[in-house]
Amino acid sequence: MSHHLVEVKELKFSYPDGTPALNGVNFRITHGESVALVGANGAGKSTLLLHLNGYLTPQAGSVRIGDIPITKNTLKHVRQVVGMVFQDPDDQLFLPRVYDDVAFGPTNLGLPPDEVKLRTLNALALVGAEHLRERPPYKLSGGEKRAVSIATVLSMSPSILVMDEPTSNLDPRARRQLIHLLSEFDHTKIIATHDMDLVLDLCSRAIVLREGEVAADGPALDILADRELLDSSGLEKPLRLQGCPICGNL
Amino acid sequence: MASIESSFFDIGRLDVLSSKETPIHRVDARVKVLTTIYFIVVVISFGKYDPAGLAPLIVYPMAVMTIGNIPIRYIAKKLLIASPFVLSVALLNPLLDRSPALDVGIFVISGGSLSFASIMAKYVLTVSAGLALIACTGVDAICAALARMGVPEAFTVQLLFLYRYIFVLGQEAVRMARARALRSFGNKGLGMSTYTGMIGHLLLRTMDRAQRIHLAMLCRGFGGEIHHAPSSGIRPSDLLYLAGWSGLFTLLRIYNLPVWLGKELGRLI
Amino acid sequence: MHMADALISPAVGGVMWAATAGLTVYSARKLKQEMDERKIPLMGVMGALIFAAQMINFTIPGTGSSGHLGGGLLLAVLLGPHAAFLTMASILTIQALFFADGGILALGCNIFNMGFFPCFVAFPLIYKRIIASRHGKPLLMAALAASIVALQLGALGVVTETILSGISELTFMTFLLLMLPIHLAIGIVEGFVTASLVGFVSRTRPEVLETDLVESAGGKGISIKPVLITLILIAAFTGGMLSWFSSSNPDGLEWSIARSSGDRVLQSSGGRIHALLSAVQKKIAFLPDYNFRKDEPEEPAIGERTKEKEDPWPSVSAGTSISGLLGGAMSLALVGLIGFGIRIFQRRK
Repeated sequence: MSHHLVEVKELKFSYPDGTPALNGVNFRITHGESVALVGANGAGKSTLLLHLNGYLTPQAGSVRIGDIPITKNTLKHVRQVVGMVFQDPDDQLFLPRVYDDVAFGPTNLGLPPDEVKLRTLNALALVGAEHLRERPPYKLSGGEKRAVSIATVLSMSPSILVMDEPTSNLDPRARRQLIHLLSEFDHTKIIATHDMDLVLDLCSRAIVLREGEVAADGPALDILADRELLDSSGLEKPLRLQGCPICGNL
Repeated sequence: MASIESSFFDIGRLDVLSSKETPIHRVDARVKVLTTIYFIVVVISFGKYDPAGLAPLIVYPMAVMTIGNIPIRYIAKKLLIASPFVLSVALLNPLLDRSPALDVGIFVISGGSLSFASIMAKYVLTVSAGLALIACTGVDAICAALARMGVPEAFTVQLLFLYRYIFVLGQEAVRMARARALRSFGNKGLGMSTYTGMIGHLLLRTMDRAQRIHLAMLCRGFGGEIHHAPSSGIRPSDLLYLAGWSGLFTLLRIYNLPVWLGKELGRLI
Repeated sequence: MHMADALISPAVGGVMWAATAGLTVYSARKLKQEMDERKIPLMGVMGALIFAAQMINFTIPGTGSSGHLGGGLLLAVLLGPHAAFLTMASILTIQALFFADGGILALGCNIFNMGFFPCFVAFPLIYKRIIASRHGKPLLMAALAASIVALQLGALGVVTETILSGISELTFMTFLLLMLPIHLAIGIVEGFVTASLVGFVSRTRPEVLETDLVESAGGKGISIKPVLITLILIAAFTGGMLSWFSSSNPDGLEWSIARSSGDRVLQSSGGRIHALLSAVQKKIAFLPDYNFRKDEPEEPAIGERTKEKEDPWPSVSAGTSISGLLGGAMSLALVGLIGFGIRIFQRRK
């Protein structure tokens, strides 16, 4: 069993005020897979993601990362293995310079300063942001912020990358660059997104969440072609696969 | 709300200035902080009626600004903008204190005028020194310096976070203010309920954001403490900077240069 | 309410800095004990919020003038007194550094006036007490009372620190009469604003407030001792200074004091504490001599560290002589020229 495995079993979770969020979610993701997590707003995607690094604890069911169940003691290790990137980069870039933010993770891991520096510069290089390292975050463009926030997670050398709406608020070029970047990573990728074209470009597998349950789980292409499934889940086909605007044919 | 936008733009401008590369910028932050503090102490220790003695001290802010490539006009403008309160208090001095102090032949200068001049001189000196400090030393460098000098990290880290999020919050506030302005049709000023509504929502958004930041921190292994990145040590040139300036300030405090200069000039004439 | 460096003396600045530093260390330690790591980002963003909010003015109903939120009390309610104090301190620091809103040495005074009073006095002693008593509309009353008191104390602080510094010619009563009414009005408005904001939060995110109130009811809360000790120390110091001051206030007594030497001044006002203070003042080079007269030669006494170039009236001292003015102008000119020269040299490069 490789430690790149993500295994969710019968996961149930409700919010403190009683609203049910997840109602028995099951899936298993293996090393190197690129999985899209799709669903309408409120379907439970973000809630599910927050279980993958132990921020939320299941009320029933379990989450395992590799051989390790997520418990209080294993949190630190899990968070090094599972790198999570959120929707709003401003929430993740909270230190004065880009370099500081990217170095934050490895420093917390207790690595020696030379190693921290090495990892930081490597991570910045991977996302093409080395030249930004002395910049303050408020001076970055949307795309640059996004790239840097990915770097903040990469510097911890995770095996699994979890991302929440990575292409939101990006202009077309930045978006294209991000997709290209992600395609070069061979980490296991779990991406929650509305961007169906991203799914088409990047993911081999898709899990559809609907009202806290898994409505479908299979090869991305199959799911993206299933209009009824998508419709009932509040989704649409990728724009590329929708009817030709001129002749109306698919 | 032009004032908010311009304020944040202003902080940004100071930030840009502080990332230049000049000999002053390279001086260790701790040294610069200490020098500035000592400067301010010396300045405000001058007597109430001695504006002239203060004059030579302008050399410090001048030097920092010229060598540090900081636009003097910019600093002058900030001085002006921040002056109203001091000015209004200081202006009372000549009004309240009219006793004669100095006989210049044709007219007599009152003690109040002298103390007014002294206050304004002190104002210009202390404020320009402070602005010069921030303009050639980044906030993160200052915070790290403070931490190394013993200021509790809870405070220095807070300064960094505050600084970082001023821009974010500022933009949110600007957006909100703009949206309100577009719907208020010329009614200037915020009524109480509008004001509390705006701030209230900003408040909630802020608390949500804090939660998300905390989450992001946890995801990167945050264990309860943030430390400043280690910075370089003090070099001999830094110590020279500190000793040199401090010595000069002390000398200028003890020996009244202007009096001496004036006398020499008088003798020549 | 931000005080400038130009209006304070090193003594006042130093004392207030020491007090504030002590409070900062104390608050930091308390925060560490609490170990609520969620506070770290919360303090940062709340601070930024208050900072931004201070730039939005509201119109004070009825008067047409505008004011803005101070924030100390609100922060104390939402973050607890220690975190709130540090947050206010950080806000004031940024304001001083970047906007010259308040001096760097005066930071000690400003943080004390606008941080200590709301967070460590008004909040625990007034706000929490009224909330706990559940009388009538506790939130509004608590917020109003606490805000008013905090601002009045802050204004009193400003006045005291300014008068004790002896640089402005304002008298204690005049300044007080100017400051207190204004800050009463501001305090009232801030009370209303704080109450409505806290009410808003309690309706939408009640869990945030729960922790703080529970903390207070539980009895751990905030220890009064350090607050009391600080207040007593400051009171003693200011009391000593004030009494010495008032005895030499302008009414002819001052001129006669001026004629005598430093020692005789003290004996005429009496009191051992005054002798102590003056001895300390003499030793430390940078404390201004309020009314000590020196037998001034025209030249400043070389090597004598406790010089004051000025004297109270009617005698004139070297520092304000014509030579002094001339020399001062010369120095300015010299420095200006040098500065210009460097600039031109730089541009040329």
